[in-house]
Amino acid sequence: MSKIHVTTTLNGDQVEYLCEPQETLLDILRNRLNLTGSKEGCGSGDCGACSVTLDGRLVCSCLVLAAEAEGREIETIEGMADGENLHSLQQKFLDHAALQCGICTPGFLVAAKALLEKNPDPTETEVRFWLAGNLCRCTGYDKIINAVMDAAAEMRGA
Amino acid sequence: MLPLKCGGRKMALYTGKRNFKVVGTRPPRPDGIDKVTGRALFGADLSAPGMLVGQILRSPHAHARIKSIDTSAAEALSGVKSVVTSADFDKASNSPNQDALDNCMARGKALYHGHAVAAVAATTAYVATQALKLIKVDYNVLPHVIEVEDAMMANAPIVQGGRRADNAPDGLSENITHYMSFGHGGLDEGFAKADKIIERTFKTAATHQGYIEPHACLATMGPDGKADLWCCTQGHYYVRELCADFLGMETSQLRVTASEIGGGFGGKTTVFIEPVALALSRKAGKPVKMVMNREEVFKASGPTVSSLTDVKIGMTKDGRITAAHAMLRYQGGAFPCGTIEFGLMSAFAAYDLDAVQAEGFNVMTNRPRQAAYRAPGAPVAIYPVEGVIDELCQILDLDPLEVRLKNAARKGTKSSYGPTFDDIGLVATLEAAQKHPHYLTPLGPNQGRGVSCGFWFNFGGNTSVSLNLNADGTVGIVEGNPDIGGSRASISQMAAEELGIPYEKIRTVIADTNSLGFNDVTDGSRVTFAVGLATIKAAQDAVQKMCSRVAKLWDIDEDAVVWEDGYAKPAGPNAGEFEPMSIAEIAAIANSTGGPIAGHHEVNADGAGVSFGVHLVDLEIDPGTGQTTILRYTVFQDAGKAVHPDYVEGQMQGGAVQGIGWALNEEYIYGPDGLLQNPGFLDYRIPVASDLPPIEAVILEIPNPGHPYGVRGVGETSIVPPLAALSNGVSRAIGHRMYELPMSPPKILKTIKG
Amino acid sequence: MRYAAPDSVSEAIKLLKSEPGVSRVLAGGSDILVQLKTGMAAPDLLVDIKQIPGIYDITQENGGYRVGAAVSGAALGEHAGVKAQWPGVIEAVELIGSTQVQGRATMAGNLCNASPAADSVPAMIAAQAIAHIVGPEGERDCPVQDIPLSPGRNSLAKGEFITSILLPARPENASDAYLRFIPRTEMDIAVVSAGVSLELDSSGVCTVARIALGAVAPTVLLVDAAAECLIGTKLDENALDAMGKACSAAANPIGDKRGTIEFRKDVVAVLAKRAAKIAQTRAGDQS
Repeated sequence: MSKIHVTTTLNGDQVEYLCEPQETLLDILRNRLNLTGSKEGCGSGDCGACSVTLDGRLVCSCLVLAAEAEGREIETIEGMADGENLHSLQQKFLDHAALQCGICTPGFLVAAKALLEKNPDPTETEVRFWLAGNLCRCTGYDKIINAVMDAAAEMRGA
Repeated sequence: MLPLKCGGRKMALYTGKRNFKVVGTRPPRPDGIDKVTGRALFGADLSAPGMLVGQILRSPHAHARIKSIDTSAAEALSGVKSVVTSADFDKASNSPNQDALDNCMARGKALYHGHAVAAVAATTAYVATQALKLIKVDYNVLPHVIEVEDAMMANAPIVQGGRRADNAPDGLSENITHYMSFGHGGLDEGFAKADKIIERTFKTAATHQGYIEPHACLATMGPDGKADLWCCTQGHYYVRELCADFLGMETSQLRVTASEIGGGFGGKTTVFIEPVALALSRKAGKPVKMVMNREEVFKASGPTVSSLTDVKIGMTKDGRITAAHAMLRYQGGAFPCGTIEFGLMSAFAAYDLDAVQAEGFNVMTNRPRQAAYRAPGAPVAIYPVEGVIDELCQILDLDPLEVRLKNAARKGTKSSYGPTFDDIGLVATLEAAQKHPHYLTPLGPNQGRGVSCGFWFNFGGNTSVSLNLNADGTVGIVEGNPDIGGSRASISQMAAEELGIPYEKIRTVIADTNSLGFNDVTDGSRVTFAVGLATIKAAQDAVQKMCSRVAKLWDIDEDAVVWEDGYAKPAGPNAGEFEPMSIAEIAAIANSTGGPIAGHHEVNADGAGVSFGVHLVDLEIDPGTGQTTILRYTVFQDAGKAVHPDYVEGQMQGGAVQGIGWALNEEYIYGPDGLLQNPGFLDYRIPVASDLPPIEAVILEIPNPGHPYGVRGVGETSIVPPLAALSNGVSRAIGHRMYELPMSPPKILKTIKG
Repeated sequence: MRYAAPDSVSEAIKLLKSEPGVSRVLAGGSDILVQLKTGMAAPDLLVDIKQIPGIYDITQENGGYRVGAAVSGAALGEHAGVKAQWPGVIEAVELIGSTQVQGRATMAGNLCNASPAADSVPAMIAAQAIAHIVGPEGERDCPVQDIPLSPGRNSLAKGEFITSILLPARPENASDAYLRFIPRTEMDIAVVSAGVSLELDSSGVCTVARIALGAVAPTVLLVDAAAECLIGTKLDENALDAMGKACSAAANPIGDKRGTIEFRKDVVAVLAKRAAKIAQTRAGDQS
């Protein structure tokens, strides 16, 4: 099997890698690029723990082939904070105790950020349905929703 | 803060303390930033140079004799560095751990669909997968048995011979492994006093803890026989014990480091892949990384029991329970499973009964070996009891909370499982529920309200904590219990409270097995209680040592030095005039006063307080489809003392939602071939964010007499009430009682249509 | 497995056709990547069509809309024009998977994957959508209902693939709706579903009805007998009940881990009735 050479933009930086045809973007992020923030919870697009954005679109990286990233822009959890400065969502997750074990947290943050960029003033119902593809087993979602709503308000300057 | 008399080391049961400075507040957690930035390292996040990938070959049959395994073709494949089977583990050691080992790697028989049969380590995942395909296993397929009611029959296929309990009832199969009974009083007399008696049978399916992080480990074994194991686990000391046993090593040769853990809920309190990874590493002479995929997690880790239960309760027309009997039948997979004991003990625990008996047994089936799941055995034991009580309330037209109050266990009640209760919070939670606006809100058409109590014993257990003072006045706490819900914050809070210093000065870390004394697994809701207790005592130990150093410095008696608000001070004017000394000041000169100062405490903690809870749920059923919408959910629970209220609320909410999933949609589905049909998150349906309303958490605090601050464990109780709360709510909404879980829409619609 | 990303239709056709082994198309990938993982699909060549010019375009055509094969559900849902004209189709497509899956899943892929429970298909069939297919023998148009043959099998020949789907023009006083039943509120495969498209005359009487049922047979059922119950009526309770019964009678579901036969037959009637009422309201709102 010969490898495919891919050049892509990752969290604003140009990155190159070699991949097998069947490797997913998640495989490459974790195993080749040492970006272990995106997690594999299921490998089948059912849990959202591997969420990234691809050209600004929220996707499961386990359902994107590494080869498909050629020429695209990828954003992962590692790109969310600005140096030392946490994104509002990250801070609100901490403030609201919106994480217990934390394994689903990167996926939720990436997904919530994608929501607020598209809809800065969502209702609680809209937040819940947008995030339905992110499974959490620890929190019962309550504090996560509070954190997202609070972050949305802060980002709106409310 | 009450000044502590240094010199007197007498410790504390509940001190009566009510005014806390740090305990009860909501500071940020120490691992928080790492977890919101993706920096935190979980089980699968570590790699090592030269690392191999390990994968497991699993039985495609529900039950089969393994006649032979030919691994030669796999071994010959380029890139494969080692292959193991059960032959590579210590011979049947007759140790109590034999079942755990046989579950990790089948010995002679594949006992369930997905049972590990062989494993390989190879240079890439792709090579490993190809190698598994080359392993030839000669199976002799045997008849299988899956359900409780089938496995208990006299002519059922025998899952494992020679394991039958001596006291198993006559006429039942070889598969019965435990039989026991709890209770007191005369049942016949009791039932004779009842105005209404009902007897019902309930069924529950097996569920899975559903942690989002699959099991993962990185094992490195060197030619000198020493090994390092990185894994996500709730108890790395127990992992060390089991792995060392299975590999024939001394425990001190194996260092286990617990990664951050992506959920456990009891399912990561044992080993599955870790010994296999170690064995592969030993044979290959290289590190081996092994990660379960989601399908493997469902097939081959540890789901709950499933159950078939008969409950008979007699009640007077004004709501007093006169007698209660339950017959519980659990299956816990292909190995003997003792969870039935917890089920029997908890079934009637909430009630003050003169005549009560809970009896039952465990039966083996061709299913994966059960592991704990949050209050193991209790949810499916309490569900039928709370269901029958609710049905009696409907029949007798009595208020469900009033009836609970009438029969509630209190301080001094002899419990159904033996001990007499000390201070407990059941009445407080019931009264809080009664007064809450949720209970007083009117319901609309197709809506129902469900109520249930719940209970869990909580454990103490073996705990070691070490507390080190740094020259800059900061304090390092070393404990040995993986943090599954924010416990590092709570531990730090208790230490800060006890030492009288700010929370920010404390750093709590979880040590590897080489660096600290033994710790029992993070389970039984024990950490905030037992590790907290040990931390408080370690803090007091450090305080006593600091006071001793200061006394020498001031040249006064140790008795004359007290610790107050973070400072060593003279006990009174008679002791002399000395400037108070902070930890920083004392630690800075430690070199010259005797050396480094640390406190520590090792204990097998006793005195864990039980935690009671009450849940209220309002729901609406779509009469055309049977779908349930949860409108409102409120959790009331006694925490004794909520150290970090956010995390207590989190446990209450999280457990409630797991219970909701258990009640409505989660189940292991088997085909007639004994194969698991839904090993994935698509068809094993856990609640998603849009399924739920906000979950209101109301914390009650009835101090636990066995802890200096009154702390009770809270992590487990909250999964217990939802099963019956949902079932009672659905039953009332549709006007027909439901007796089986999960209450998926097809079942609800069928019941509605009669 | 090999991967190729041709940048023209002709190159893609050539790759797909000339592959001696099994060749498969990759658009959104939300079905095929799952199948690759489980081993249910093991193609020798995967042809990514997303570099083909125009494959992401949504264009107006003869009063309708032509949707490029790589348009994701998320992108389609953002198109105000398509949403206004075919709300039922849009709501069906938007139900496929999670928000993340929506970022990738396509109508064409959903159609060609030929799952009996595919969400977009009943609505597309009710809408009389037409697939534009290219292949070694040239280009052709094909009604979408002729694409799925049986679970997992479609009618495309080797070397053929869909480049776009046309949602046709529709008259005034017409609209559609799609409902599915799942046990949770999201994330489940449809247990049973119904796509209904209606045209009303100026007095509100139904003149055209198309009722397509999903997950109750190996492929979507377009139930003429159900449509006949509504035509000539104003969708009163009797008409709707008769339609529901016709749907239950036509349904031929299996019982599986997602639902019993009985349940599917009962609920398909409930959903068809509810979808019809929604489509009626929408059609009325347009006048």
